[in-house]
Amino acid sequence: MRLILALAIFLLSTPAWAHKPSDSLLSLTVQHDRIEGRWDIALRDLDDAIGLDADGDGAITWGEVRSTHDEIAAYALSRLTITSGETHCPAQAPHQLIDNHTDGAYAVLLFTMTCPSAIETLQADYRLLFDLDAQHKGLLRLTHEGDTTTAIFSQESPTRQFTISETSMWNQVQQYAHEGIWHIWMGYDHVLFLLALLLPAVLRRVAGRWEPTPDFLSAFWEVLAIVTAFTIAHSITLGVATLGLIALPSRLVESAIAASVVFAGISNLYPALVQRRRVVAFLFGLIHGFGFASVLSDLGLPRGSLALSLVSFNLGVEVGQLAIVAMFLPLAYGLRKSWTYQRLVLVTGSLGIAALASAWLIERALDLKLLPL
Amino acid sequence: MKRVRTLGWMITTGWLALSAPSLTSGEPFLPQQDAQVLERLTVKAADPVAREIKALRASLLRDPQNMDVAVSLATTLIEQSRSEGDPRFLGQAQAVLAPWLDHPTPPSSTLLLRAMIRQHAHEFNLALADLDAVLNMQPANAQAWLTRASIYQVQGRYDEARRACQPLLRLAGRHVALTCLGDIAGLSGQAITSRETLTASLDRPGISARERLWILTILAEMAARTGDTNAAEKHFLDAQSLGVKDHYLIGAYADFLLDQGRTQEVVTLLQHETRADGLLLRLTLAEQALHLPVSKNHTAELAARFAAGRERGTRVHVREEARFTLALLHDPQAALTLAQANWKIQKEPWDARLLLESALAAGSWNAARPVIDWLHTNHVEDMRLQQLVVQFPEEQS
Repeated sequence: MRLILALAIFLLSTPAWAHKPSDSLLSLTVQHDRIEGRWDIALRDLDDAIGLDADGDGAITWGEVRSTHDEIAAYALSRLTITSGETHCPAQAPHQLIDNHTDGAYAVLLFTMTCPSAIETLQADYRLLFDLDAQHKGLLRLTHEGDTTTAIFSQESPTRQFTISETSMWNQVQQYAHEGIWHIWMGYDHVLFLLALLLPAVLRRVAGRWEPTPDFLSAFWEVLAIVTAFTIAHSITLGVATLGLIALPSRLVESAIAASVVFAGISNLYPALVQRRRVVAFLFGLIHGFGFASVLSDLGLPRGSLALSLVSFNLGVEVGQLAIVAMFLPLAYGLRKSWTYQRLVLVTGSLGIAALASAWLIERALDLKLLPL
Repeated sequence: MKRVRTLGWMITTGWLALSAPSLTSGEPFLPQQDAQVLERLTVKAADPVAREIKALRASLLRDPQNMDVAVSLATTLIEQSRSEGDPRFLGQAQAVLAPWLDHPTPPSSTLLLRAMIRQHAHEFNLALADLDAVLNMQPANAQAWLTRASIYQVQGRYDEARRACQPLLRLAGRHVALTCLGDIAGLSGQAITSRETLTASLDRPGISARERLWILTILAEMAARTGDTNAAEKHFLDAQSLGVKDHYLIGAYADFLLDQGRTQEVVTLLQHETRADGLLLRLTLAEQALHLPVSKNHTAELAARFAAGRERGTRVHVREEARFTLALLHDPQAALTLAQANWKIQKEPWDARLLLESALAAGSWNAARPVIDWLHTNHVEDMRLQQLVVQFPEEQS
């Protein structure tokens, strides 16, 4: 009778399944020598593996999941081995969240792996749940510099090797230079500071009045001198801050940058200060350098090629700066004789810049939000 | 400056910004209260099945070499996957058998179970290969013959299916062999005699509830195909009254009700069955017919589930997806592509029906040709299919 019973059970056609079989979703983002990971594992799978439903009532609560976080992290991360080259990259998983997927709630494990050096080849060995569920699959999404590769781990193919398309030195120079250009253009405060200093460069003070410079060359040298002073100054502090020799609080730096723009704008109204623009460019350039440094550290710097990225970024800043000067100088030179330039552009423009920067100064110093930008 | 900082943050946490929406269904969140229920398990620890599985696991842990215990545990898990409609149990069953299946010549009892697991995963040819190996070792293994017949039938290989049923006349109960044969005969032109034989089998003393369920389901579907709705209704209700939960039966009854336009009854039948993709699909079809607003949410939910299924690279829901695409997304061309892919894997009446319906809706007469030829060759008896076939221009002459 046992035989007959066993027979009938499996006879009907296969049912339409309630769910897909078990999957976990693993996202790894490679960044130099670090990997940021997110791993979504079904609570039902974790319950089968390590037992989440402590009170056995068939309902898994957040309290039950939260109190087993360490076990979940230890269980999962012991079944995922990431090696860079030949060396194992240990993981830290301080955070755990929850997400709802189409087939139920998942624990979301957020972790960081640190490898000893920049990752060139990445070997992933995935063994989660295979001992309990032979049809389990791990769906991997590997991201590096915006490029995404996907892979599926199964019991039959639990390991995969990836070549992290190594950023060549030239690529790295390009990348950081691009960031530098982008930053000077998008960071309106730097542009306005520079413009405020350059506005009087096509004029000169003769007997208490503004007069156009007689020739292009003298305007050009004036601009060059100001830009060079600014560049030397911000390069010094950018380097010093990036190397970690001096660290200033970001709020202070940002406020000081805004103040420098206010000062530069207003100083155009005081001829005595106008004569000292190179000194102003240098002194405040030191502060702007700290601002650049915070951008650079946000981008994340490769330990191996710090100097290269620093120089490339700075180079990008200069290129961006030169582009602005190249647009400004011919235009200003052409207009310098007009009343519009001498009165409207110089005075109103400088005041406008000072007003805008004052708003920034208040925003940054008091941590308020006044302007849409 | 803030903007650039945001950019830097996006790069460092690129996975959040860049991962596709299908991989991460929403923003992960931190639940606010410990008491918040995140997930309900289908089986509680105190349920008899859970206790049985737990006991078997424990005894396997004590004696990992004991194949009999492993086979019992795997059998229970496969059975559980069927009644819960949850394929996780299949993977678990396979994992339990792994130590024996990894062997160069696995024992026949484990191969037989792997064949069933593969059958359920729609890996029909792999399953048939396992069954060949089992029958080489044990030509008198009734279950292997029956499973082989069942796979051939799903593949539409009726002659081979009939041959696989024959040995059951001497290896198993007569009613098992007759049901096996009757099911195929009912599909291929002998519905009337089959129904008589199968109805007679029901009166045999001592047949189990599961066997009765099996026979009644076949009878109900057969009656529905021949247009005998009263008989079909009676068989479906008899099968349901047996108290054995079976997703296949519920789905088949829902289809029967949908065909009759009894959509409100479908909603009543399925409103708590939203976990099962196939049943949610039928519920949503009924909701759409009744113009219930919830059908939109359910359609989106199904789309997400099919997308998630595609991510893992294995597809067992092609038939359901074709039906979903045709009837809920109203995209006949995409539905036709799915129905054609599905037709390569399986050839049951519903597979034919979806291909014909999609081809009609898409106006692709030629696409239906292989199915129409196949129906003629095998003398398939199905009222709905015949109604569809005559709508094709070439069949009207």
